[in-house]
Amino acid sequence: MVDFAGWDMPVQYAGVVAEHEAVRTAAGMFDVSHMGEIEFRGEGALESANALITNDLGKAADGQAVYAGLLNHQGGFVDDVVAYRFSPEHVLICVNASNREKDFAWMTENTPRVQPVNRSDDFAQLAIQGPKAASMVQTLTDLPLESIATYRFREGAVAGVPCIVSRTGYTGEDGFELYCPPDRAERLWNALLEAGQAAGLVPAGLGARDTLRTEMKYALYGNDIDDAHTPLEAGLGWIVKWDKGEFVGRPALAEQKAAGVKRKLVGFEMREPGIPRHGYPLGKDGQPVGEVTSGTQGPTVKKAIGIGYVPTALASEGTPLEVDIRGRPVRAQVVKTPFKR
Amino acid sequence: MADNPKNLRYTKDHEWARRDGAGVVVGVTSHAQEALGDVVYVELPKVGDTMTAGSPFGVVESTKAVSELFAPISGKVTKVNSALTDEPAKINSDPYGAGWIVEVQPSDPSQLDGLMDADGYNDLLAKTAT
Repeated sequence: MVDFAGWDMPVQYAGVVAEHEAVRTAAGMFDVSHMGEIEFRGEGALESANALITNDLGKAADGQAVYAGLLNHQGGFVDDVVAYRFSPEHVLICVNASNREKDFAWMTENTPRVQPVNRSDDFAQLAIQGPKAASMVQTLTDLPLESIATYRFREGAVAGVPCIVSRTGYTGEDGFELYCPPDRAERLWNALLEAGQAAGLVPAGLGARDTLRTEMKYALYGNDIDDAHTPLEAGLGWIVKWDKGEFVGRPALAEQKAAGVKRKLVGFEMREPGIPRHGYPLGKDGQPVGEVTSGTQGPTVKKAIGIGYVPTALASEGTPLEVDIRGRPVRAQVVKTPFKR
Repeated sequence: MADNPKNLRYTKDHEWARRDGAGVVVGVTSHAQEALGDVVYVELPKVGDTMTAGSPFGVVESTKAVSELFAPISGKVTKVNSALTDEPAKINSDPYGAGWIVEVQPSDPSQLDGLMDADGYNDLLAKTAT
């Protein structure tokens, strides 16, 4: 167990590689109850939430979720979030554990109208991810899961536990994130495990969560994105909807877009033995050009892979780079992402 | 707790050393591989390198962590287990056998006597577990 933003979290159960492979081939279950939830309710809830994030809840349907940036006035990430549109009068925003208080304070300070409510302690969250996840969850619910498309959600009972059943995740596999009352989470966990075990469901920890998301180049807040990096730099231009009107951080982003983005978050593969890690310097022809933000040995891609910021001129596919691994320059090359296809 | 062989010597950094003729074979303990998790990369010294007791001589990496290897004794590297380059997971599956890391020509073989025996190492693990 490790301390993660004040939560005791398992890094692994059976082993990172075994758990990672189970998620890619069958299913794995993660206890991600540490995630925070902030709610907007009442008339103007949607407009208020929408004014705080980069993606557009106005274009979403009821029962649809969007991945978005919550930005500061400089265009940097306060957090990356998933916003759930229940109705124009009800929006729930799922935030990173370590940012719960910061996000809530920022939203409270910047909301144009409806005051947010921090509901983080009212929800536990289990993520069940993998190609067999849907069939496992289906045995425990009357909700027709085939009717819930990617980034859609419904409310209903799973194993008798009232849940928000969301077809989202952080692994690159199909699956669900189930939000439920904390005092029912253990029951839900045990029921899912029992229902899925025969088909290969295993409990999975933070270690596998990290290798799975790294193979997809999904950003991890605090590693790949933070207050000083914008969605445009992070390759997340697609979560910025310019036609939605004003949102916090928009003027700074527009300025950056007009001036041209100077650095970009790229994925690279090692071309010599060695594993890139968070914080290792990135170089080009012996000159320092950036820093590794995430890196690991990818259990599915079977390669040492990394993510990091480099000047835009060095961001194109095929560009050779060097990673300074404990003082030794090791050859790497910018590649197309996600690493896992 | 894993079975730590009686014929080995152990360090507080969780390496083991075994006398083998004139040489000493070095690896990491079962406790170390368990704590590391799946080993995915090993950085080995070269044959002929000198190592100094207590100083780093290589690196093992798991999916999550980077850990240095500390030399249990001083000496010159006479063999490295190059099979680990392709199959680093041998450190997990057989830490006291196929997962050995280097063989050393000790400069002072009596340094081995200063290391813990299996009982001493088991005591250390029991103490750190609580």
